[in-house]
Amino acid sequence: MRPLLIEGWSLGRRLALAVLLLSGLLALAFLLGISLGSSPIAFPEVLDILTGRGAVDPTTAAIVREIRLPRVLLAAVTGATLALGGLVFQALLRNPLAEPYILGISGGSAIGAIVGMLAGLAPFPGVTATAFAGSILVLLLLLMLSGRGMLAGRDALLLGGVMLNAFCGAVIMFLISLSSREEVQHIIFWLMGDLSMFTPAQLPLLAGVLPSFVLILALARPMNLMLLGRDNAAALGVNVRLVTALLLFATTLMVSLVVCQAGLIGFVGLVIPHVLRLLFGSDHRLLAPASILGGASYLILCDLLARSLPAQGEMPVGIVTALVGAPLFIFLLWRARR
Amino acid sequence: MTAVTVRGLNLFYGQRQILRQVELTVAVGEFLVIIGPNGTGKTSLLKAMAGLLPAAGEVLILGQPLASYGRRKLARELAVVPQLTPSDFPFTVAETVLMGRSPHLSLLELEGAEDHRLARQAMEFTEVAHLANRHLDELSGGERQRVTIARAICQGPRVILLDEPTASLDPAHQVRIMDLLEQLRRQQGMTVIMVSHDLNLAAMYGGRLALMHEGRISAVGCPAEVLTVDRLEACYGCRMEVVRTQPGGLLRVHPLAAGQTG
Repeated sequence: MRPLLIEGWSLGRRLALAVLLLSGLLALAFLLGISLGSSPIAFPEVLDILTGRGAVDPTTAAIVREIRLPRVLLAAVTGATLALGGLVFQALLRNPLAEPYILGISGGSAIGAIVGMLAGLAPFPGVTATAFAGSILVLLLLLMLSGRGMLAGRDALLLGGVMLNAFCGAVIMFLISLSSREEVQHIIFWLMGDLSMFTPAQLPLLAGVLPSFVLILALARPMNLMLLGRDNAAALGVNVRLVTALLLFATTLMVSLVVCQAGLIGFVGLVIPHVLRLLFGSDHRLLAPASILGGASYLILCDLLARSLPAQGEMPVGIVTALVGAPLFIFLLWRARR
Repeated sequence: MTAVTVRGLNLFYGQRQILRQVELTVAVGEFLVIIGPNGTGKTSLLKAMAGLLPAAGEVLILGQPLASYGRRKLARELAVVPQLTPSDFPFTVAETVLMGRSPHLSLLELEGAEDHRLARQAMEFTEVAHLANRHLDELSGGERQRVTIARAICQGPRVILLDEPTASLDPAHQVRIMDLLEQLRRQQGMTVIMVSHDLNLAAMYGGRLALMHEGRISAVGCPAEVLTVDRLEACYGCRMEVVRTQPGGLLRVHPLAAGQTG
């Protein structure tokens, strides 16, 4: 496996190229996401509304500002977070198939969130805190199992994660079966990864992922060294425990934040880092910013598909990402076996 | 000043004691080979010297207590070449060697021209410069080992610790690696400490050998002092033969099969 593009370029040049390309893609996805929909709005009009210039139709402006823009922003932040989260887990577990959803981390935070909702807690800080607690619990369980050598080897770890995920799924169904009918509909749609119920008021919550982004970007070089294994990383001057703890904390926190808003959306963290690695190589100083931009663009486009494919209404975006991601996962597993 | 001093080192894995009161002094510019049967704690001793395993006792690196170094500072003085370096992710040779510069960089700093020059130099020294853009998983065992050594050189250390760097290499590649290390010692005054199972290579290149047995160092000295039939037989538990190729020549050590006479 070697990068398709620009072999032998210095990191600076590759980073500049990647950021340029992916920013362009993100800008395009952003405009498409706002302009397409049940009533399409032309690009120039979208730009006028966003910049507040020119004479705009108030209804159209309201659709853009109140419905489409928040939704596209939610998709962008969620996609960025999940892609970056996948990248971090892959580096820490030295497993290119690791991903918050596959490992059950997202499932853990979903359990936490449902418990919070059923207990009638406020979305913030109540439900966010219970979601975080849920994902930390799954993470600790996973680390304990792999630390004790029970999940040694890459496939065992994945299998453990998949089983934790299945277990989380069962707990979620159990909780749903206990709840009343109105709650059920809401929870099920949210679970499947639905971006349609998002309101502008929830936007500030998403800003909570930014400190995690900054921390992960800052730790990109140590992440490279961690891929060489614990001893190699330590011998090259990395404080392995501290870096691992910081990365796991930051990643789990941001993943539970987006799970609370957007539900369970799988495989973004698998697809995006994989494609970017093929294009640009394995250096995390490039992959981390590229995953943010690429993940954001990807989920905006997936969400666009999710709301335009069905003849009537729309489907949860989690269905689209699973349709793309699950086959890729199987392909990667098959190729790694050969 | 000594490169590495180890005093009263004890190490436990759970209930099992791996290192027992290990004492060892390695002078600057020395080539020391740690030998001994499997499971006698050679790798553990190496890791304890590098601060990769928490052992009780005293370790001094270049005269300073190990604990007084931060990880980064230690990595500028002491490089480690472990037995295995995983390559699950496709880093290129150049990227891997350049990672040796990280202990010299601050968190957000990118490698500069000088770092690239040093990496280039290290790759040329270990003869992997022509592989610079290849991926690690495309290399042979010998090439990969030379890349890891280039990375260690790139750290600019004064002490280099290696864990069986010649294991699973053919004789030509074994000698090539050992020659490289000897060159580093002679030309740059680097202190080389390595673990090896190959008693003949140890005898050829080691200025001094340390023989480990059941968590202790049972003998230290020049090859002729350490590689005696009695000592080796007691240590390895099999019959051994030690011969000189010619008077004053190289020592050769062979295990003997049951019933075979030397």
